[in-house]
Amino acid sequence: MPLTYDELKAKAVRVRRDSLEMITAAASGHPGGSLSEVEILVALWFRVMRHDPKNPQWAARDRFILSKGHGCPALYSCMAHTGYFDPSTLNTLRKLGSPLQGHPDRRFIPALEASTGSLGNGLSIGIGIAHALKLDKTDARVYVVVGDGECQEGQIWEAAMYAGAHGLDNITLIVDYNKKQLDDMVKHVLPMDPLGGKFAAMNWDVMEIDGHNMQLVVEALEESKKVKGRPTCIVAHTITGKGVSFMENDPKWHGVAPTKEECAKALAELGV
Amino acid sequence: MVREFTIGPATREAYGAALVELGRKNPNVVVLDADLSKSTYTGKFGKEFPDRFFNIGIAEANMVGIAGGLAHSGKIPFCSSFACFLVDKGYDQLRIAVAYPQENVKVVSSHGGISIGEDGPSQQSIEDVALMVTLPGFVVCVPSDAAQARDLVLRAADHKGPVYIRTGRPKVATIYTGGEFPFGKSRQLEDGKDVTIVANGLMVAEALKAHDALKDDGITARVIDSYCVKPLDEEAIISAARDTGALVVAEEHSKIGGLGAMVAQCLAAHFPAPVEQVAVNDTYAESGSPAQLLEKYGLTWKHVVAAARKVLGRKVRPLGNEPPPAGKASESEHHPFEV
Ligand SMILES: Cc1ncc(C[n+]2csc(CCOP(=O)(O)OP(=O)(O)O)c2C)c(N)n1
Ligand SMILES: [Mg+2]
Repeated sequence: MPLTYDELKAKAVRVRRDSLEMITAAASGHPGGSLSEVEILVALWFRVMRHDPKNPQWAARDRFILSKGHGCPALYSCMAHTGYFDPSTLNTLRKLGSPLQGHPDRRFIPALEASTGSLGNGLSIGIGIAHALKLDKTDARVYVVVGDGECQEGQIWEAAMYAGAHGLDNITLIVDYNKKQLDDMVKHVLPMDPLGGKFAAMNWDVMEIDGHNMQLVVEALEESKKVKGRPTCIVAHTITGKGVSFMENDPKWHGVAPTKEECAKALAELGV
Repeated sequence: MVREFTIGPATREAYGAALVELGRKNPNVVVLDADLSKSTYTGKFGKEFPDRFFNIGIAEANMVGIAGGLAHSGKIPFCSSFACFLVDKGYDQLRIAVAYPQENVKVVSSHGGISIGEDGPSQQSIEDVALMVTLPGFVVCVPSDAAQARDLVLRAADHKGPVYIRTGRPKVATIYTGGEFPFGKSRQLEDGKDVTIVANGLMVAEALKAHDALKDDGITARVIDSYCVKPLDEEAIISAARDTGALVVAEEHSKIGGLGAMVAQCLAAHFPAPVEQVAVNDTYAESGSPAQLLEKYGLTWKHVVAAARKVLGRKVRPLGNEPPPAGKASESEHHPFEV
């Protein structure tokens, strides 16, 4: 039985809580971009993707790449609560010897499809996997999550042009369009609008959604499975630091860990 | 007893401050960054000189190309990002838009080495020095402290041609109060007769501590801060080999292609002597605190001491001074030295 939207929303609260607690315990990390991507990751890991934590190398599994690797706390939380490892591991984030590295690292978690952290790499790797899946005649899909700032990397557009031209319809790219990057708001550094239009011009099927509306996120992801002959790009409009009033829309929280007090305040706002 | 240092600013902070100094003096100085201006400290320049500051976005290759164009048009561009992104993503542009036409671009990275800590290997750079020294015409520097970083940055602006300076994230030991650090030179910080320790970056402080520890055991070490990896101060390296007969090279970089390789290449050509390296052993590191990583990956004064002891055991002795090992005498007849 797939999880209901209410159940998925409860998972999202859990993942936000974990992310904040992990980053606070590590005293470093990226809260803003971890909180903006939560609904996307929860929808994928708890409902949309075909995967089996007991068999992480299952040939028919859907593949997931968090190209914006700095958002890994939310990914680790999703993987823990879907059974890839014990949730008690989460508080070891970024500590020496922990499998939960500061950015996703396949050497320590083989279930990851890519080691990321250098922005711009994920979609190209996803294209390679998508080609291989087609060669192997499986209907498994590739899901790649990128940041909006990350889309300033030229490699993203080389990849986008390629996937569109080759009609790789087993790829769904989700842009966590939170309008913020490291130094500032995206519009002050290098505006990306019209972001969806750029992908559409490169032969992608483009959907624009509210990336915090769980039902819309699930529906868009399901819809992307049905698109034939073109890859899908879901432009998910999100809010950096979503769920914590003092973090929302403030680029200051890109890469700064909350103090214990700030974390407690944030958790209270989440109602946990 | 090993000495203690006062901890001063990070070399990246010194870079940020030096850029502002340069900006006030020279209207041709322009600065480029790729969405890391808070971390590289170029943001300080950006605040004071917004017209001469270009935040290119997360697009390092484009940034380096643009820097080439600015230099071609008479500007003195400094462009910055983390070492791994700046050098690795911008490498073709460093080659085609900067090194090949010898444009006057200053490439200053931050977050060199593994001492960035918790972010892990994707943001750590253990390859940048190797990549940069292979580009013809580039001066390549790795400052050890804030005062030296400042001098090298100011010097880079005066130098005609491409320069790479690698700065670091953590606050580091203060070695100098000021001084001149010309390209192509090095600085001898201690003298000794048994072994020479050549170091740069944050390994200079470790080399000095190792010097003290060795001294307690009656071993005297020359210590050379080889802040300029290219052009290497070959004279200093050759004299060290001649005077002390054995060298340790310590750097926060892969043991392949960096200062250690440059020193070994120099000695192989001019004055063969045994060399031990204290460097990252051809592996990616991991997440952890800077101190934990430096310990685990072998970059502390204790590792320098161990390497010094090891290289002393490999020392080449002038014929006649020591009885040659049995059975080796005839083989080395035509060579002035033997192991
Ligand atoms: C190639 C590369 N350049 C720079 C960085 C440093 N960096 C880490 S996150 C970040 C900003 C990312 O912005 P965005 O993609 O919008 O992510 P989000 O807002 O979701 O955090 C930057 C510049 C990096 N990780 N990789
Ligand atoms: Mg963003």
